[in-house]
Amino acid sequence: MSELKRTALYEVHVAMGARMVPFAGWEMPVQYPTGPITEHQAVREAAGLFDIDHMGQLKLVGPDAEAFLQYVQPRDVGKMKVWDAEYSYLCYEDGTFVDDIFIYRLPDDEWMIVINAANREKDIFWLDTHIVGFDADLIDISDATYMVALQGPKAQTILQKLTDHDLNQVAFHTAAQIQVGGVETLIGATGYTGEYGYELFFPEEKAIAMWEMILEAGKDEGLLACGLAARDSLRFEACLPLYGHEIHAEVEPIGARLGWVCDWDKGPWIGRNAVLKHKLEKPKMLLVGLEMIDKGVPREGYQVAKDDKVIGWVTTGMKAPTLNKFLALAYVPRGLNRFGTELDIIIRGKPKKAVVVKRPFYLPAYRR
Amino acid sequence: MTLTYDPNLKYAKTDEWARVEDDNVVVVGISDYAQDQLSDIVYVELPEVGAQVSAGEVVGTVESVKAAADIMSPVTGEIIEVNEALDDSPEMINEDPYGAWIFKVKANDLSELDALMDAAAYEAYNATREH
Repeated sequence: MSELKRTALYEVHVAMGARMVPFAGWEMPVQYPTGPITEHQAVREAAGLFDIDHMGQLKLVGPDAEAFLQYVQPRDVGKMKVWDAEYSYLCYEDGTFVDDIFIYRLPDDEWMIVINAANREKDIFWLDTHIVGFDADLIDISDATYMVALQGPKAQTILQKLTDHDLNQVAFHTAAQIQVGGVETLIGATGYTGEYGYELFFPEEKAIAMWEMILEAGKDEGLLACGLAARDSLRFEACLPLYGHEIHAEVEPIGARLGWVCDWDKGPWIGRNAVLKHKLEKPKMLLVGLEMIDKGVPREGYQVAKDDKVIGWVTTGMKAPTLNKFLALAYVPRGLNRFGTELDIIIRGKPKKAVVVKRPFYLPAYRR
Repeated sequence: MTLTYDPNLKYAKTDEWARVEDDNVVVVGISDYAQDQLSDIVYVELPEVGAQVSAGEVVGTVESVKAAADIMSPVTGEIIEVNEALDDSPEMINEDPYGAWIFKVKANDLSELDALMDAAAYEAYNATREH
């Protein structure tokens, strides 16, 4: 195995007592001594701070930047105003996933694309092979850019203590270039926890100062530093897909329930015809939510069965901390995806009953 | 956080602790080291009361947020009681690993416990393990 990369906060995490684990080529905090369930609840009820510098950031510049983005992903970015931030993904010609991404429209024909850590080289290679002929440049700014997420109902109160910029002016899924404690920072009212909050992008060398400043500003608000385990359970309850689990190169957007991102009228984009075919012909496998009827903890990779026949697989499963239920996301064949359908999840060799339930398990704060 | 070791218990390499009560009854739980490694425990699959088990046999599972760990019986015998309070409150194992016992087994032969370590040996053994 190649050497794991460490973020600028590695020593800080260790000093805080974090348990460090390998994740997507990085050595990241999976939890602090508070524990993943307490960290999860802090984000639902107050706020959590996450080191997510393993995520990659690409800048796209040049006169054809917009045209290039229209061509490589399904969202109509022509409808995005400057400072808008939106979710999307990249598809191969056959409609399967390269990665999922967040797109930020910045002033002066500039765009920022946030990508998954594990896919940094792959995404850049794939984008570079398609940029030929466009008057645009793709620049990997991941190393110079630090990224943290501040999430939860108290996120705005905490961040407001550190900036003169009125955060009421930063609407959900928009961004702003502001000063945070004197540090030039791009903030997005974005995140991946099902709560309101922010993702912050700022110079790498300010990582420790920013981390400590935010923790200090949040110490009377219930803010906790949170690890990857809480990040996973939070996004899972909100049914936000994670690359490598719900989405990867063997599944496609319609089955993954991400067809809403696609704009069918904006002109061609890579993978459009294949994804449209899935939409029109209906996908064979669909992502569903399952709730355990029998006792047991469903986990990623477990088989899903109907009448003793294996028909699908679990992509993520756990005891959902906020809902206090044993839940799973799973791919099952179309026809077995209706609410109330009873299926079995094979837990350590034994079929355990589960039922198809509505997604998301936890309705995100911004959809209420 | 310092891990605790109870000098009145015997420990298995697989991280169960065992305590002998009257009538050859062995009470079994998992160690502080084990609960710390597992982190937040969310579910305990308890053995069946009345089941005949052999020493080293998997009789249940402790599942945490991130992993599932088998629980072995340290002795051959019959399961006579399980801690049903763990059904509703599995986190008791995190809070009090030596109080939150998992099952009681009536041992055929208590000398099987000689294969286990005392607290000092178990602590020394854990020091050699990778964290």
